[in-house]
Amino acid sequence: MSDYNFAYLDEQTKRMIRRAILKGLAVPGYQVPFASREMPMPYGWGTGGVQVSAAVLTPEDTFKVIDQGSDDTTNAVSIRKFFEKTADVAVTEATEAASVIQTRHRIPEAELSEDQILVYQVPIPEPLRFLEPRETETRKMHSLEEYGLMHVKLYEDISQHGAIATSYAYPVKVADRYVMDPSPIPKFDNPKLEMAAIQLFGAGREQRIYAVPPYTPVVSLDFEDYPFEATKADHPCDLCGAEDSYLDEVILDDAGNRMFVCSDSDYCRSRREAGHVGRLGVETAA
Amino acid sequence: MTPLLQVRDVAKMYGARIGCTGVSFDLYPGEVMGIVGESGSGKSTLLNCLAGHLKPDAGQVIFDTRVDGPVDTVTMSEPARRMLGRTDWAFVHQHARDGLRMNVSAGGNIGERLMAVGARHYGDIRARAVDWLDRVEISETRVDDRPSAFSGGMQQRLQIARNLVTDPRLVFMDEPTGGLDVSVQARLLDLLRGLVRQMGLSALIVTHDLAVVRLLADRLMVMKDGHVVETGLTDQVLDDPQHAYTQLLVSSVLQV
Repeated sequence: MSDYNFAYLDEQTKRMIRRAILKGLAVPGYQVPFASREMPMPYGWGTGGVQVSAAVLTPEDTFKVIDQGSDDTTNAVSIRKFFEKTADVAVTEATEAASVIQTRHRIPEAELSEDQILVYQVPIPEPLRFLEPRETETRKMHSLEEYGLMHVKLYEDISQHGAIATSYAYPVKVADRYVMDPSPIPKFDNPKLEMAAIQLFGAGREQRIYAVPPYTPVVSLDFEDYPFEATKADHPCDLCGAEDSYLDEVILDDAGNRMFVCSDSDYCRSRREAGHVGRLGVETAA
Repeated sequence: MTPLLQVRDVAKMYGARIGCTGVSFDLYPGEVMGIVGESGSGKSTLLNCLAGHLKPDAGQVIFDTRVDGPVDTVTMSEPARRMLGRTDWAFVHQHARDGLRMNVSAGGNIGERLMAVGARHYGDIRARAVDWLDRVEISETRVDDRPSAFSGGMQQRLQIARNLVTDPRLVFMDEPTGGLDVSVQARLLDLLRGLVRQMGLSALIVTHDLAVVRLLADRLMVMKDGHVVETGLTDQVLDDPQHAYTQLLVSSVLQV
């Protein structure tokens, strides 16, 4: 154990963050301001998510961190180490075994359950930011439910690309009230936002926390004649053969060879261990 | 007949300075009223007070809403006032850049008000955008171009299309022809006159250009230092000005 308070933040700060989380859960999709702290990592590396995780972690928790679906990228490894050191909690890479999952840009493929919490790292919490730069105005638009502008963005997509080209950070309406930025998850994950687990969103630099309680209706915005579509690369995973998972494209050489692999590394590994083999996969001894 | 807009003793102060004061008038459906005066005479302040952009310090602005009849827009709730601003009212800014989204295509600009009141069918929105581009004499092929690629006159016409797409009943115009050269001005005025008559719009036009009100306005209100100094039928005021300031204004126009 170290000299840090449990999970790095002091108790008063955690109380403050928990109040914001509770308010966020009470008003689904509403961005609750909170006094974001300076964390020992740069903004943009998940300072918001880390603070939310610190506030919800208990010593009995099992913690998992993913970055773009993967457990073994720099961001995920360093945040996992951070809580191993400051909170001394158990960590895991198995989605089912974790009680708190901090994620950047993905929702795990495995279905989450009621006893799990999913914490998102959010770079820009305001879905209307790039359409209306004034914060005073966007707050007013949220409070008066003036969301026509969000459709202007989708209109522009269709008029320029012939389809809604927004493929990540796809705006959703939560509980038929607030329009919310689901953080830059691919729109493939949008249907999964209606889930059994608690979803908490933390934006450190922007000092906002918002939440989606379990089983809350989350609707992706669209047009009647251009309905929302959850898209992914039209391939099976080259390692595990999965056809239902979100894929990363990996360029193999300069001769145009490429492979598609599951972005969720835990999902891919567990499938391979169960004996599934993809086009470029090798048989693993179970 | 109920007036569309009844203005009663509207006043707006900027600290100790007068923005406008003691303004009262009625505007009937289908009527176009011009507000003229020199720079700083309070005409834009008045227009902004009436359109709900500024809160007047005193007075009433009673608008005849479709559902509830005459309502004071100064004291009505903000959501209701903003709703009026998207449906029954239109506001044409002097600088098209203030009234347009410059990084959104022409079609998106026109469609915004439709989407703001709940239109969710892309095909319909686009069809109406194209229809309105045609009505303001902009080629359909420009529907996906951004306003930044448009000339000043086209931007102004686009702004008008964007405002009129929801069939408003009252249009506020703040120097709609300012900054345009005379031939473009003439074309815009022609277009505006056609639209106003054809749609039966009521309009309040703020301008310092007497030619604009001569062409468009039925009635005229002359302002100086925040006060209304003369009102009357346009031809009457311009051909037989009574107040010294109006006489000065009329005689200042260069005759060619």
